Amino acid sequence: MFLRRAVFPRRAAVLVAAAALTATAACSSGDDTSTGSGDTPKVDTSASFKAGTTMAKLKSKGTIVIGTKKDQPGVAFQNAASGKFEGFDIEMAKIVASKLGLDPNDPKQVQFKEVVSKNRETFVRTGTIDIMIGSYSITDKRKKLVDFAGPYYVTGQQLLVKKDDDSIKGPEDLKGKKVCSVTGSTSIDTVETKYGANPVPFDTYTECVDQLKNGSVDAVTTDGAILLGFASKSPDELKVVGDAFSTENYGMGLKKGDADFRSFLNDTIEGAEKDGTWKTAFDSTLGKAGVKAPKPPKVDRY
Amino acid sequence: MHVLADHADDILTAFALTIRLAAMSALCAVVLGVILAAMRVSPSPPVRLAATSYVNVFRNTPLLLLFILFVFGLPTLNLQMSFYWRAVIALSAYTAAFVCEAVRSGINTVDRGQAEAARAIGMTFGKTLRYVVLPQAIRAAIPPIGSILIALARNTSIAEAFGNREATYQLDSLARDFPDALYWLFGGIALGYVILCLLIAAVFRLLEHRLAVGR
Repeated sequence: MFLRRAVFPRRAAVLVAAAALTATAACSSGDDTSTGSGDTPKVDTSASFKAGTTMAKLKSKGTIVIGTKKDQPGVAFQNAASGKFEGFDIEMAKIVASKLGLDPNDPKQVQFKEVVSKNRETFVRTGTIDIMIGSYSITDKRKKLVDFAGPYYVTGQQLLVKKDDDSIKGPEDLKGKKVCSVTGSTSIDTVETKYGANPVPFDTYTECVDQLKNGSVDAVTTDGAILLGFASKSPDELKVVGDAFSTENYGMGLKKGDADFRSFLNDTIEGAEKDGTWKTAFDSTLGKAGVKAPKPPKVDRY
Repeated sequence: MHVLADHADDILTAFALTIRLAAMSALCAVVLGVILAAMRVSPSPPVRLAATSYVNVFRNTPLLLLFILFVFGLPTLNLQMSFYWRAVIALSAYTAAFVCEAVRSGINTVDRGQAEAARAIGMTFGKTLRYVVLPQAIRAAIPPIGSILIALARNTSIAEAFGNREATYQLDSLARDFPDALYWLFGGIALGYVILCLLIAAVFRLLEHRLAVGR
């Protein structure tokens, strides 16, 4: 269920390497923003990196494996019909890939792979994925295991309840209530230790929302961005209540100690925030629920 | 090491749920398994067919699939129950199929002539099973049932992904909070399962001795 085989298409790697050789660096790096259309960012074919860095390795290999979520509408979601991943985190991942000179729309070059919360650190550390971009909060505990670039988005923990439920208005009402979240997330820990809720662990948020809809649990808790996505999918059944009771900084998780890769990612995030691709990404995903694009967070080069 | 000591309470509470899951499922599975075995040797073809179909379906379906079926399926039938009971249903439905086959193999060790003799002196099918066949069959079925229940105790860990805060959930949570102590945590929780399974094995060895007869 959790482990999927990583596929490394050798032939594609050779092709990309050949293409990189023939395409002489003629483009300037300034024209890589798609202006306003909301399309995926243009591939930066001129990208070149110092030999030996992770960026150079990924570019010459011609493929990057990006860990993400598949059950968070608006943030990171796999469309059941097309099989394609979509959402704000996916857009950020595509910006990173295009800066590496990889085509985000070519599934051979940019592979998205679902990674559930509890497996994230392990998969980053073992190299099962090259980078984790999927509602991944930067925390001190996790910093011991992986390095983070970003934050590229800030949200906070909230509650999703049934539309006709007036008994839960905020985290203070959770005592003894059954609250669903995913195993290994910080959210499930907070509602139990801080607010005395009776936590119900599942593997994915979709499963939690199913249990909320069928009445098996009283609330679902996680980052507001994710909950808003679910609420906007079934506005007649579900609603998000209360103010955010935590601050979650979404970062990109990478192998610990890879300073070059981290500064590249931080530069990429800052660049996207400055040139408007960040806002385009937001408006075409989370912004669709009627939320205005907030001011992007400041990158923390710790 | 200190992580295990500091969270001994949490770990023990979690193992208590693991044990409750295993014990309740074992009880249900053995009762259902014996009934199914009786049905499989019944003189009535439809009853035999029903039990055989049950075994074929539940023994050959992955346990995870059964969990999904019961955890997500039951509420759609307006059957609302706790996650504990849904896990017990999934675990015992699955395990009962194996218990049934173990008991049936035990029944096959009892000489056919004994059952025929019992029927000849006027005992009903039920009485024949209860007083003549099953007491001897169980003796032969004890070792395989022990193995099945050990597998059951370990299978309870799947309930973690379906709303149960048992031992494996506790391992996942503590591993999140104390990533540096991962190997200690893994070792500690694994040791808990090993002890649980050794206890089950010990109980069954005792049963084997109790029920043994000199031949």
